[in-house]
Amino acid sequence: MRIARTELYAGRALLLALMAITTLPFLSIFTTALYPSGAAPVGISWPADPQWGNFVDAFRVANMGALLFSSLFIVIAVVPVSLVLSTMAGFAIGLLRIPGARWLLLLFVFGLTLPFEGIITPLYFLARQMGILNTRFAIVLPLIGLYMPFAVFWMRAHFVNLPADVSEAARVDGASTWDLFWRIHVPLARAPIASLGILMSVWAWNQFLLALVLVEDPTQRTMAGALGAFQGHYATDIPLLCAGTVLILLPTLIVFVVFQRQVISALLQGSVKG
Amino acid sequence: MSQAAGGADGGRAISSRAAAAPRRQVARIPRTRGIRRQTVVGWLFVLPALVMYGLFVLQPLALTLQYSLYRWDGVGPATWVGLANYASVLSEPKLVETLFNAFRLVFFFSLIPAALGLVTAAVIYRVATGRLGTLSRTVLFLPQVIPLVAAGIIWGRLLSLSGLVNQGLTGVGLGDVTRAWLGDFDTALPAVGIIGIWVLLGFCTVLLLTAMTKIDGALFESARIDGAGWFEEFRAITVPSVRHELGVCVTVTVIAALAAFDIVYVSTGGGPGNATSVPGIQIYILAFLERQVGLASALAVVLMLLVLLVILPIQRITREDAR
Repeated sequence: MRIARTELYAGRALLLALMAITTLPFLSIFTTALYPSGAAPVGISWPADPQWGNFVDAFRVANMGALLFSSLFIVIAVVPVSLVLSTMAGFAIGLLRIPGARWLLLLFVFGLTLPFEGIITPLYFLARQMGILNTRFAIVLPLIGLYMPFAVFWMRAHFVNLPADVSEAARVDGASTWDLFWRIHVPLARAPIASLGILMSVWAWNQFLLALVLVEDPTQRTMAGALGAFQGHYATDIPLLCAGTVLILLPTLIVFVVFQRQVISALLQGSVKG
Repeated sequence: MSQAAGGADGGRAISSRAAAAPRRQVARIPRTRGIRRQTVVGWLFVLPALVMYGLFVLQPLALTLQYSLYRWDGVGPATWVGLANYASVLSEPKLVETLFNAFRLVFFFSLIPAALGLVTAAVIYRVATGRLGTLSRTVLFLPQVIPLVAAGIIWGRLLSLSGLVNQGLTGVGLGDVTRAWLGDFDTALPAVGIIGIWVLLGFCTVLLLTAMTKIDGALFESARIDGAGWFEEFRAITVPSVRHELGVCVTVTVIAALAAFDIVYVSTGGGPGNATSVPGIQIYILAFLERQVGLASALAVVLMLLVLLVILPIQRITREDAR
């Protein structure tokens, strides 16, 4: 493609500007985090005496160790279970084509566009009734249910496009449905399962509304939920708030930079397929 | 990102149709023995997912409908009020305002990211095929992976009186327009909108860029030979080719706008006054701070219906285009 020189420069200038707009906010938060506690710094400016200790303070005050544990607990409790349930359901609906598969699919698809706010009020009363309010299970159990529409839809999309030969060959060999599923189809579905796992981990880590409503203690919440509470407590101490925000962002950013290909493609496929 | 719905993938649909014919023939052979048993086993595979979905999504959904017909403070006895809560949602100025605000956010969260994302993707596709393209993809996508709460806190700082935005404005001699952007009645909603643009632009750009890389290069060559300029090429080839993905962008971002909660809660809490109050925030306030569970539920039902009403036509349009 021949491209005029002016167009080339104008285009690159636009990209650089957009990249600057995207990154400057992060930079601003970072420099602010280095000011002495209680200061009110202006925009982006490097402090005369950077207080690296702010990060240590924030780590301690925000109880980061407990927060990391809590978020990991929630992700580990939600994601594998959701993967197993949705892969089994997707397998039955997409590949076994059980009677009523169409209706089941419709039922799950119906939940795809549901905003969480739509059911948060009854979820609160249900959790209270079940005695799990203010425990991590108040986040874990509803999240598994809330991820089912997307996850089942996603796994079904994989299974419905598989050629039938593989299963039929195994059937003739006398394999049970469970063997067929576990020995043949789960290993074949590793790629979509991995993408779905990445997606649900990011969503669970970043889940805010459920954590805010269903769990009072920040150390029992997700990372995003804890950050919300941290903001409530330290809104006036701006450098400390910024240091805490940087710390809470750090795990996400590291994971993203390391796995960026997988994360980007999972998130994009997630939206296109959904 | 929420697990918002997009459209069906056109290519996928065609390939599945092609594969369906041989599959059906083969499937008939083993089905003759033990159909009942297979059906039962098949349903057992779906059951766990169905139970979790039913328990934590369908049941609360039904309860929301039920609550919406009562006046209830969450503790004492509930009083049947019929559709009175819905009448309040559609007539009380405070609540009607939240619905309008949701649609105002659509402009910022959806139209601007989709349009700007289209242009940015086209620019990356044309002038930055190498390392700059890869780098800009990664950088622009960054806001998409961080918690929305963090985006809200970061921008709360940037848009404050001593924030970066005012610093920049003063720097270019616009010192007299500086203000606390999120605290001003006139600018709070657009300011929240800008946070949404920052978060969603990268998503739209990268999604559209991925679609553009699949366009047949020969199309552009022949357009060149016919003497088409940059804009004609963009209008006649690029945009039609990525229509389907554009539909996905709009769908995802419209849901993000109508169901906005995290960003608004953290940056303004719905204020000042009612200036940035959106349905999500209002549901939270009504149900958990003001103890008006019935009214909150009616608003929740209206919100869910609104999302469906807006999404279904978009879905229909993009699906037809994809075939």
